[in-house]
Amino acid sequence: MRKCRSLLREMRQQPAALEIRIAILGGSTTNEVADFLELLLLEQGIRPAFHHSEYNKYFEESVLDPSALTKFRPDLVIIYTSSVNIQSFPPLEASEADLEAHVAAEHTRFAAIWNSLQSAAGCLVIQNNFELPDDRLLGNLDCVHPGGRARFINQLNEEFAREASSRPRLLINDLNSIAARVGLANFHDARRWFRYKLICSPQSTLEIAKSLAAIITSTYGRSRKCLVLDLDNTLWGGVIGDDGPDRIRIGKETPEAEAYTAFQQYCLRLRERGILLAACSKNSEAIARQGFEHPDSILKLGHFSCFKVNWEPKHENVKAIAAELNIGLDSLVFVDDNPAERAIVAAQLPMVAVPEVGSEVADFARILEQGRYFEPVSVSAEDLERASQYESNARRALEQAQFSSYGEYLDSLNMSAEIAPFRAVYMERIAQLINKTNQFNLTTRRYTLAEVEKIAADPDYVTLYGRLSDKFGDNGLISVVIGRGEGRTLHLDVWLMSCRVLKRDMELAMLDSLVAACHQKNITEIYGYYIPTQKNELVREHYQNLGFELLEDDARGGSVWKLKLSGGYSVRNTHIQVKELVHG
Amino acid sequence: MVEILEQLQPIFRDVLDNPDVRITRESSAASVPGWDSLAHINLVSAIEHEFRIRFALGELEDLKNVGEMIDLMERKLVKK
Repeated sequence: MRKCRSLLREMRQQPAALEIRIAILGGSTTNEVADFLELLLLEQGIRPAFHHSEYNKYFEESVLDPSALTKFRPDLVIIYTSSVNIQSFPPLEASEADLEAHVAAEHTRFAAIWNSLQSAAGCLVIQNNFELPDDRLLGNLDCVHPGGRARFINQLNEEFAREASSRPRLLINDLNSIAARVGLANFHDARRWFRYKLICSPQSTLEIAKSLAAIITSTYGRSRKCLVLDLDNTLWGGVIGDDGPDRIRIGKETPEAEAYTAFQQYCLRLRERGILLAACSKNSEAIARQGFEHPDSILKLGHFSCFKVNWEPKHENVKAIAAELNIGLDSLVFVDDNPAERAIVAAQLPMVAVPEVGSEVADFARILEQGRYFEPVSVSAEDLERASQYESNARRALEQAQFSSYGEYLDSLNMSAEIAPFRAVYMERIAQLINKTNQFNLTTRRYTLAEVEKIAADPDYVTLYGRLSDKFGDNGLISVVIGRGEGRTLHLDVWLMSCRVLKRDMELAMLDSLVAACHQKNITEIYGYYIPTQKNELVREHYQNLGFELLEDDARGGSVWKLKLSGGYSVRNTHIQVKELVHG
Repeated sequence: MVEILEQLQPIFRDVLDNPDVRITRESSAASVPGWDSLAHINLVSAIEHEFRIRFALGELEDLKNVGEMIDLMERKLVKK
């Protein structure tokens, strides 16, 4: 921790994939948390630039005079407040009505901040909620009596949660839970408060910074997507190849079996919220499969989106899992009770997260939680459906084998698409896709929700989203195109697609709709741009495949392409039925 | 007493991020480059952490230089 400055100096020299501007409006001293946050973000390839409010001027600088903030043009604002910033706690003799009034007063003050930030900065706001106070004058009654401070804080946090749940651009940093996890006695540090106006100990500041970093990396689409699991002594006790499928330890019979069951339940809950599961084990596949037929196994074979069980080195299998699921290695978290396997995966594949889970299954879930690998900023219906979509992909792969031509296969999918300009109901999903798509992404430009909304309303822009369904299910909104019009020319700032619909001709359907939109606006030339990153090699030839003409390519692999519409355009897509949307 | 001074050297080098810094008993915030108020917080946190001591409120405010801080630390370490 004391090497913070030198670490920062070193890491600031590394190239960063993304630069973001963060304003911290603090109710206490904010430099310490900013230093830690910067370190954690730099580790993730995000370079922050900070603006700090004057000490304890979070209200003034957001509501009364937001000019400094507006000038800074933040991508996100952190309201770094805590229980020391409560203006008025209810008095001890408070009635229920008094309590309500005090909660409402505090709530209104913060709502004014959020409203003002919305119009002044229009960006994402991360708001600390409140930790419980150190003292508990009323003892256990403190969380019951309307004059109890614990009751007040709990109720106010509840109001904040309600607000965040209805405001898509307000995210809560759960200070209350951070303080509880650290322990209130370890969290508060009265001397640092009186001396420096820091609310907590350095270790606790680091925990807060970790939480903020998890929210921010998730906002920019960098949280992990897949949990890769070893089998023997990770998902069940014992070695299935030696002990036999009937003798593995899972179920409720012994404490150890119960712990494996609990960990399987944890994995299943992750899967239900959209995290993919993959098996990676040195075993004979036929025998390993029988482990999931065990009547007490919570996880079944069908829960795994990928099953790599063989005698190959683990890191080879982990690579194969990423390739098969079409996700980056940096989307994977690897869990194995064997330290040697963890070491080889960590060494060979540094992008993969390999938490030191130890060999005690009872600790696995807690250690995974501490890593905050799967932090979501919102849980969308799309997330919940994703896990089953990947499964449908596997079924599609099976069907593919039986057709004489690829076109015949595509026709058999009965695909239908909805392609239209951005609509309010989809803005959140569109912003989410823009910020997390890495592979099929021509320019990897990131936009906040507010920017997307602005673009959608700007008549100079042509925007399109695409949804694709097929006979196996609805893939949801999976493609986004943004074109910036200049006279009779359109510049494609964004073209991206989710990799789960690769090789389905969806890009042809998108081009058809784009050209139709251009015709309406009398646009005669479309310029496409390819900006290479470590992850988007996949689309290097995208514009070439669509029949664009190469104008220039630079030394770094980037290229500019042009499509002339004046010579006529013939529709490209033949396999997807595109639904006309009724406008209005 | 010399011992504590030597144990403080790497802490100052790290916190101030300056490999050349060498403090003496006479050093103070005014005489050491980079020893600003933020560095001061980090110095105190690091010293408290490394030596497993805590400075009470009021103890630090009157110190004139590193020497006086070392004397204070001596007293705390003897009591432990």
